Amino acid sequence: MADSSNTQTQGSSRFGRYLIYTLLGLVCLYYLMPLFIMLSTSLKTLDDIRTGSLVSLPAHVTFQPWLDAWSKACIGVRCEGMSVYFWNSFRFVVPAVLISTLAGAFNGYVLTLWRFRGSDIFFSALMIGCFIPFQVILLPMARTLGELGIFNTISGLIFVHVVYGVSFTTLFFRNYYVTIPDELVKAARIDGAGFLRIFWRIILPISTPIVVVSIIWQFTQIWNDFLFGVVFSSGDHQPVTVALNNLVNTSTGVIGYNVDMAAAIIAALPTLFIYIVAGKYFVRGLTAGSVKG
Amino acid sequence: MGALSIRNVRKSYGTTEILKGINIEIEEGEFLILVGPSGCGKSTLLAMIAGLDNITSGEVYIGERKVNDLSPKDRDIAMVFQSYALYPNMTVRQNISFGLEIRKVPKAEQQKIVAQVAQILQMEQLLDRKPSQLSGGQRQRVAMGRAIARNPTLFLFDEPLSNLDAKLRVEMRTEIKLLHKRVGKTIVYVTHDQVEAMTLGDKIAVMKDGEVVQFGTPQQIYDNPVNLFVASFMGSPSMNFIPCRVAVLDGKFGLKMDTGGQTHVFPVEGASSALAAYAGREIIVGIRPEKITHKVDFLAGAPNFYVAETTIEISEPTGADTLLVITINDKNIVCRVHPDYAKSQGERMAFMFDMSKTVYFDPVTELRIL
Ligand SMILES: Nc1ncnc2c1ncn2[C@@H]1O[C@H](COP(=O)(O)OP(=O)(O)O)[C@@H](O)[C@H]1O
Ligand SMILES: [Mg+2]
Repeated sequence: MADSSNTQTQGSSRFGRYLIYTLLGLVCLYYLMPLFIMLSTSLKTLDDIRTGSLVSLPAHVTFQPWLDAWSKACIGVRCEGMSVYFWNSFRFVVPAVLISTLAGAFNGYVLTLWRFRGSDIFFSALMIGCFIPFQVILLPMARTLGELGIFNTISGLIFVHVVYGVSFTTLFFRNYYVTIPDELVKAARIDGAGFLRIFWRIILPISTPIVVVSIIWQFTQIWNDFLFGVVFSSGDHQPVTVALNNLVNTSTGVIGYNVDMAAAIIAALPTLFIYIVAGKYFVRGLTAGSVKG
Repeated sequence: MGALSIRNVRKSYGTTEILKGINIEIEEGEFLILVGPSGCGKSTLLAMIAGLDNITSGEVYIGERKVNDLSPKDRDIAMVFQSYALYPNMTVRQNISFGLEIRKVPKAEQQKIVAQVAQILQMEQLLDRKPSQLSGGQRQRVAMGRAIARNPTLFLFDEPLSNLDAKLRVEMRTEIKLLHKRVGKTIVYVTHDQVEAMTLGDKIAVMKDGEVVQFGTPQQIYDNPVNLFVASFMGSPSMNFIPCRVAVLDGKFGLKMDTGGQTHVFPVEGASSALAAYAGREIIVGIRPEKITHKVDFLAGAPNFYVAETTIEISEPTGADTLLVITINDKNIVCRVHPDYAKSQGERMAFMFDMSKTVYFDPVTELRIL
C-alpha cells in the first residue's frame, strides 16, 4: 500500500520534471531561434538566402558578409563598414562606464558612511533620476552640451551617459554600503585615515561584487543606447547602434541580409561577451551582503 | 589631574538628550568600566571620548589636554569594537600596521612592532591570513593587537567580548586583565555584563538613561549601591528585594518577615535612626542570595544572624552552590546554599540570614535609606 503510493508519487514527480524540462527546452529554442537565424544568415551568400529557407543552414559557409560589414558596407555616404563606429562606441562607453561607476561608488560611500544633514533627501532626489525618461532630457541636454562646447563629440556622449547613469550606480553602491558596519569607518578614523584614504584603501577594495554589477549594467545600457547617440552625435562620431541602423537603411539596390545580420551581431558582441565572462558575478553581486568581519 | 576627565558632558541628537551631564575622572593606569543596560548611552559616551562624534556641551580631558576639538587621530587613543571592525581586504599584518603606516612609522619599525604584538597575543601564525579566515576569538585578538600596536595613552573597548561564546568570553576576560597588568595603560571598557564589570574594573560607572548613577570601586558598588537600580543590576543571581514593615520593639527597629504562617521580627543592629521615619511603614530590604544560607550553629543567635524555618519552593543546583527559592512576605527569595546542606524541593529547612550587609530602600524614591 505504502509502496504503491510511493511509486505513484515518484512516477508523477518524474512526469512533472519531464514536463518542466520540455517546457524549458521549448522556451530556450524560442529565444535562441533569432540568434541562430542571424548567425546562419550572416554566413550565407546572397544566392543561398534567396533560394534556401529562413531556417536552413548555409549551403557553403562564407565569411565575406562579416568582412563587408566590418570594413566595406556603406553607412550613409561612407562605405567603410562598422569598424569606425565600433571603436567610436568603445571610446565613449569605456570612459562613461568607469566614470559613472566611480562616481556612484563615491556617492554611495558619502551617503551611507559619512551621512550629513539632508543626505537622505539628497539620495531621494538622486533616485528620481532613475525614473526620468530619456526623451525628457533631450532638449535641455542639447542646450547644456552646446553651452559646454561638447555637442557632437565623444566627450559630449561621455558626459550625457555619466549624468544619466550616476543615479543607477549610486543606488547600487548605496545599497551595498548600507550593509557595511559603521564601525569599520570609525576604526579607520581612529587609525588616522581620512575621508579619501578610507575610500581608496578600505571601502573600494571590498566593493568588487558591486563594481562588477555596476560595470555590467552601465556597459549594457550605454553600449545599447540609441537615442542619445542619434540625437547628440552625427557623422563620424556616431556610436555603433546608430551606425547599424543607418547601415540597414542605406539601400544600394539589393538588400544584403547577410551583411545586415553580421553587422547586428558585431554590434551586440561586446555586451554578449560581458555577460558570458562576468554574468555569474552579476548575480552574485546583486545578492551579496558585503562583508563579515 | 587624572588620565581621563569627563566634565559635565552632554550629547543630544536633535531634541533627545542621550547623555545628561556625565562627570567621571580616573587616574593613570586605571581600568574604568562603563556598565548599564543596553541603550543607556555607553557607546555614545565612548564615541565622545574617542572624538568620533561632537560633544553638545561639556569637556573631555585626556591627560593634560582638552580634546574637545581634536579629531580621533590626534587624541592618542586606540579602540576595540564590538564587531571587531577589521579591514576585510587586508591581512592581519596589514590590519595591525595600517595605523602605523598612516603615522609614517618607518617600515622596519612597523615590522618590529607587528612581531612584538603578535608575540604578546600569541598569533604569529595568523599574520598572513585575512579576517574572513579567522575564528571569532582570533578576530578579537587581532582587534586588540591593532590597538596595542599604536601604543596609545588611552584604550577604549566597546563590548569587545559580547560576540564570543561563554567559554571564550571568560578566557578573553582573563587575557584582557593580564594585558592591562602588562601594559599598564588607562582603559575605558564598555560592557552590559555585570560579571565583566566586577572582574575587570578598578572603577565602575553604572549608567542608566544617559546618567552615571553611581561611580566607585567594584566592591563599593556591590556592597553599597546608592539605589534599587544599581543594587539589582550588579550581582548574579541578583539581590533579593523584600518588602518589609518596620516594627518598633523596645526602642529598637525590627523587620517583619512572614515565611508563610510564621512571622519573624529581625532586629536591625547599629545606627538605625534613619529608619525612625519609616516606623510602621513598608520599606524594601535588599539582601544578597549568598547572605541566606543553611543554619550554622555557632553563628546562629549572634548579632545580625537570624534563623527562620520555611519550605523550599524550588531547588536549582548550579554545581558550586544550590540556589533555593523560598517565600518571604509573598515574594520569591533566592538563597545560595552549599550543596551538602541543601534540602530538596518541598522540604522544610532552617535558613540563616546574615543581615550585616543588608541595605534598605525607600519604596517610592527607590533610594538607599541605610
Ligand atoms: N546617531 C544617533 N542618532 C540618534 N540617536 C542615537 C544615535 N546614536 C545613538 N542614539 C541613541 O542613543 C541611545 C544610546 O545609544 P548607545 O550609546 O549606543 O547605547 P549603549 O551603547 O549603552 O547600548 C540609544 O537610545 C540610541 O537610539
Ligand atoms: Mg553600545
